[in-house]
Amino acid sequence: MTGWLDALIQGVLLGGLYALFAAGLSLMFGVMRLVNLAHGDLIVLAAFAILLLAGKLGLDPFVAALVAIPILFVVGLALQHVLLNRTLGRDLLPPLLVTFGLSIIIQNGLLQIFSADSQRLRSGAIETASIALGGGIAVGVVPLLTLLSTIAVILFLNLVFYRTPIGRAFRATSDDLEVSQLMGIDHRRIFAMAMGLAFVVITIAALYLGMRANFDPTIGPARLLYAFEAVIIGGLGSFWGTLAGGIVLGLAQTIGARIDPEWQILSGHLAFLVVLVLRPRGLFPRALD
Amino acid sequence: MMDDGAAKPTHAFRIETAGRASRAAAAAACVILLVLVLLPAFAGRNLIQDLIFLFYMLALAQCWNLLAGYAGLISVGQQAFVGLGGYLLFALALLGGINPLLAIPIAGLVSAVFALPTALIVFRLRGAYFAIGTWVVAEVYRLVFAQFKALGGGTGTSLAPSVTSAVPGIEWVKTLLDVRTPAARDIISYWVALALMAGTLVLVYLILRSRRGLALGAIRDHEAAAAGLGVDIYRIKLAVYVVTAAVTGMVGALIYLQKARISPDAAFSVLDWTAYVIFIVIIGGIGTMEGPVIGAIIYYLMQRYLADFGAWYLILLGTLGILVMLFAPRGLWGLVTERYDLTFFPTRRQLIIHPHDANRT
Repeated sequence: MTGWLDALIQGVLLGGLYALFAAGLSLMFGVMRLVNLAHGDLIVLAAFAILLLAGKLGLDPFVAALVAIPILFVVGLALQHVLLNRTLGRDLLPPLLVTFGLSIIIQNGLLQIFSADSQRLRSGAIETASIALGGGIAVGVVPLLTLLSTIAVILFLNLVFYRTPIGRAFRATSDDLEVSQLMGIDHRRIFAMAMGLAFVVITIAALYLGMRANFDPTIGPARLLYAFEAVIIGGLGSFWGTLAGGIVLGLAQTIGARIDPEWQILSGHLAFLVVLVLRPRGLFPRALD
Repeated sequence: MMDDGAAKPTHAFRIETAGRASRAAAAAACVILLVLVLLPAFAGRNLIQDLIFLFYMLALAQCWNLLAGYAGLISVGQQAFVGLGGYLLFALALLGGINPLLAIPIAGLVSAVFALPTALIVFRLRGAYFAIGTWVVAEVYRLVFAQFKALGGGTGTSLAPSVTSAVPGIEWVKTLLDVRTPAARDIISYWVALALMAGTLVLVYLILRSRRGLALGAIRDHEAAAAGLGVDIYRIKLAVYVVTAAVTGMVGALIYLQKARISPDAAFSVLDWTAYVIFIVIIGGIGTMEGPVIGAIIYYLMQRYLADFGAWYLILLGTLGILVMLFAPRGLWGLVTERYDLTFFPTRRQLIIHPHDANRT
């Protein structure tokens, strides 16, 4: 019994990480209808950036992530401005294939610079610290911090979206691109801001990716799939839905792993397919697409 | 329908698909095909192996082009059917003791059967989401096949030499061309690959020339308008998905008969069986039949001369793909047709008007 309760708690905490992966994807889709096939690789790229900063400047990963955030914000801004804004339009193919090409470039670029070795963000005692809940169950401090950070990120994104002028512009371009342009919104600038913001979320996700487990240049695509599954399970258009989707996915994976360790990833994918068959618009749909 | 005698138009006209260039191309294609069939008699083993690779990549590219270029189904998960076909061949030949050449069409048929329920699930996702959905499905296939201990589980397995040598025709080729068993096996694979490639080209061409092809062209140009004109989008997309899965499965079976070794990670590799294929179609020109042919030849040359650069080679491929997508979205063939009105696989119907010759209707 304790084993199963433990699996449930770990599943919810793992779901927090997946929701964090998914929040960036959800943000890009929400504002510019961009489905970014390089999302997982961008998270891995950010993790290597934190690793590099932590190593070169001798910083703790948490501090290194704080340094990385403004840098990656600018990288995201530039990426949207220089490359992705050119792919916008009615045709689906350019954004999909450009981000797919980007994914291959990032993976192999990282491979070339950092080799295929597994890396990890080291932060001393906090990595292994845990809080005992009694009854033989304990939760790790880092997984708990991940979930709390996810909630903080979602609160922050909702605040930006619904309480600020830039958020109003995000929603306007998302609702009706043409009318928003008529109202004088420069959608290219708005999209670049949204991508910069998405990169901030990606950097936070990368911090916990690297703190919780080993990473190497090839693990990006799998993170993209988890993020995507969390978005679809939760239903498009709401960050809280994405959190719920991430938790469903995390639970499916830990419960599957409890039955047979080899089934962890497979049971996550199967849970996604089951949701797709039963509730094609996700569990908590809000946006229409 | 108009009455025959009533109001005969002064201009006679007919609908034509073939032009002069395409008739010449059809004749040339027959000659090329004949030369390719006879090639093993005087070509070395390296060339034969290279051509096998070129042929199956071209067949895969034509399938993906039909999916993404015409039916608007941008799949990033075609490796599901390459791997499925490969594993079916191994299962049929190793566990079922079935003749490997017979196993190839069976693998195609079973792939089509698997494609149907797969489509029912992934078709619930639209556009870009469909792309990632197909990728998830391919991952599910990979993880499931990694569970089959009889086929080597996660590490994979090899075809025993007794199986690969059981391919019919090997003895015949050995005596006819005076070669050793491995070379004879390559030659048989070469002919199968040639047949699959040529068969795929003919199949795609016939589909595009048919009534369904007209509907597919309409979907490619404007999906909503096509639906408005009464095209049953769902059914035609489903048909394209299942047919391309069958061909992709057969190609997968052939690839792994030739490789004689399979593992889940290689058989369901998104890079090998989807990313390269997409690159071929984009570089050559999506939404045309000529494009993938050109793209496959370019890819083959790059693979041959640049693959040793490893990661740099892949970075170059990705960059080239992005640049073509941004600055020449219709690919190299698109650049050609911008200048010359040329087509080797005529699928467009053209109205030919004869002002003074009313009898040639």
